[in-house]
Amino acid sequence: MAPAHEAFRDKELLRRLLGSIAEEASRLGPVRLMHVCGTHERSVGRFGLRSLLPRNVRIVAGPGCPVCVCPASDIRAARKLALRPNAMLASFGDMLAVPAPGGSLLDARAEGAEVRVVYSAYDALALARENPGKEVVFFSVGFETTTATTAAVLSSLGQGAKAGTAPHNFSLISSNRVVPPALEALLSPRRGATDEAPAIPAVDGLVLPGHVSVIIGTEPYRPLAERLGIPCAISGFEPVDLARGILDLLKQIGSGRAQVSNVYTRAVLPGGNERARALISEVYDTADATWRGIGRLAGTGLVPKPAYRSFDALAKFEVGTEVGSDDEATGCLCAAVMLGTAESEDCPLFGGPCRPESPAGPCMVSDEGTCRIRYEYGGAR
Amino acid sequence: MGHGAGGALTEEIVRIARAAFSSRYLDAALDSAVLPPTEGRVAFTTDSYVVRPLFFPGGDIGRIAVCGTVNDLAVVGARPRFVSCGLILEEGLSFDSLERVLASMAEAAREAGVEIVTGDTKVVEKGHGDGLYVNTAGIGSVPPGLDLSGSGIEGGDAIIVSGTLGDHAMTVMSLRESLGFESSLRSDAAPLNGLVAALLESGARVRFMRDLTRGGLAAGLHELADLLGASLEIDEDALPARSEVLALSDILGIDVLSMANEGKIVAVVASGDEERALEAMRGHRYGRDAAIVGRVVAAPSLCPRAGGAERAGPRPGADIGAARVRMRTSSGGVRIVARPSGEKLPRIC
Repeated sequence: MAPAHEAFRDKELLRRLLGSIAEEASRLGPVRLMHVCGTHERSVGRFGLRSLLPRNVRIVAGPGCPVCVCPASDIRAARKLALRPNAMLASFGDMLAVPAPGGSLLDARAEGAEVRVVYSAYDALALARENPGKEVVFFSVGFETTTATTAAVLSSLGQGAKAGTAPHNFSLISSNRVVPPALEALLSPRRGATDEAPAIPAVDGLVLPGHVSVIIGTEPYRPLAERLGIPCAISGFEPVDLARGILDLLKQIGSGRAQVSNVYTRAVLPGGNERARALISEVYDTADATWRGIGRLAGTGLVPKPAYRSFDALAKFEVGTEVGSDDEATGCLCAAVMLGTAESEDCPLFGGPCRPESPAGPCMVSDEGTCRIRYEYGGAR
Repeated sequence: MGHGAGGALTEEIVRIARAAFSSRYLDAALDSAVLPPTEGRVAFTTDSYVVRPLFFPGGDIGRIAVCGTVNDLAVVGARPRFVSCGLILEEGLSFDSLERVLASMAEAAREAGVEIVTGDTKVVEKGHGDGLYVNTAGIGSVPPGLDLSGSGIEGGDAIIVSGTLGDHAMTVMSLRESLGFESSLRSDAAPLNGLVAALLESGARVRFMRDLTRGGLAAGLHELADLLGASLEIDEDALPARSEVLALSDILGIDVLSMANEGKIVAVVASGDEERALEAMRGHRYGRDAAIVGRVVAAPSLCPRAGGAERAGPRPGADIGAARVRMRTSSGGVRIVARPSGEKLPRIC
């Protein structure tokens, strides 16, 4: 019914791919595949793909929602900045309703803070230019895809600062996260006194995020295949894309291989988007960062480099982000859902007290959140 | 338009309204319109209209206000007769805008064959309204014996939609500055009493009708499912929608099923009568794209389609097969159609 990507919704092609998937799967035991992208979960749900797969092939949602993994401590910092006199906080619509101890950004708005919805860092910058009397703070979240745009804004601001044309009333909270090192950390046995189980229980294959890979390319995922031995396939978002990705993974599993396949070649180049990557490394340093409900993961956060520190809202206004107290509402299983150890429907709050209009945890808020998507399209069956 | 000018201002607004609506009941200038008796049972409805922007391709707040009330009457089988017009004007609204809206209401009323017979205006201070709010109420007569309450619905009955979905929502959304894209879309705002009359006169056994405004087809189907306690299944490939609307809904991540319409109905027609119903609807200017989009399902379980692979067995999680409203997707899969909730904002990635 949708014309935008007709070739990749082709029914005959999809039918043939599903036939091949069934054939490959018939030679395998139970297979657990994980994707790590909210848009993948949305496609799986929207097209009803789970109902088309053989019963021994399960698709599990992993941590694929940048809004969901943004720690409550950052939301608290954003609230604090939003409630300062003369402040204007700008963020993506999804961020506003994310519940956090102490209140959401919508609550801050009800308390009188000026909180605006924007679609990109450029919109937030425009707000700063239109409101020279306000201190505009952009609450920046996102994986590599969204980060590229924000990096472009920071880079241009850096040049503007040298020329004296950058607005003095714009800064950002950088809650951006990078995907590959987080996956590697979560899927590796933890190195403690004794080897502990990985945070994400063993998966037989990873469907890797197409949008993120457009930026970073295929290379950063290699440790997942080569060190951890997990078959990987970068996939797009149409039914045919996903079926190709799944088929590729089943073939890898069947032949005992583990490599990074790219079945989204119309968008993803091996080297990614060189310019975007250059912009990101120009303006950001990686740092350890907290993932909501998951914990601290080394090298998965992005902070503005010293040359861009004047645009770092936390430094500019000397607001700390105290770690801890990331507790979800009692009974909320968001953390387990993000790690693929529970299905949304296992959560006692799901569909009852926790609904899109009254979310108990972050996964019910964002359009990228697993619970929100399951609520809209149905679940694992 | 100023606030506080008192009697003179009200008089001017009333003069404009009278000129636009030209009704002898209105001209009688009594505190109530005194109307002749109607045949059959009386249907009575009211709705308030808030839309930004006030004017958009294909209509304006006035056209929607008349059509919405006419359609609420039509879908219960009533012949719409009389409509009221309550206006809440924000100080600063231009007389030109007001005149355009009233002319549009008069035009929609003429088209629907209803008379605007009573009204009221209030002016509120600047900042206390979005330019103009309109309330309309309507009275219609329901022929004896006609029952569109959904009783008698059986498994296999056809679910018919009168035309393309989401035109109004996408038109208005594309005009709002924050989205900043242009399109050639038009709102579908239209009075549907003529279409409904054609459908009823076709002799097809119509069990139930609903107009598909806020919440779109998804909301309409959920109301029907709640009413019946039955489940409904629709087919994504059968849904009528303009390619432009679909492309934009893809980009914005907004489901066409939950998008508002201002000139569409859903009807449940007895199995066996669907072709007759479809023919009658397609013969009307507002039903050209009418389509059978699904069926009432008697049993709560869904029969798996024939296919090579072994079908999905019990798994943890919500059972799509047990859901009240579900959709066979264009990929051949099955999914839930959720009850729409809240304002939809474009997603971030």
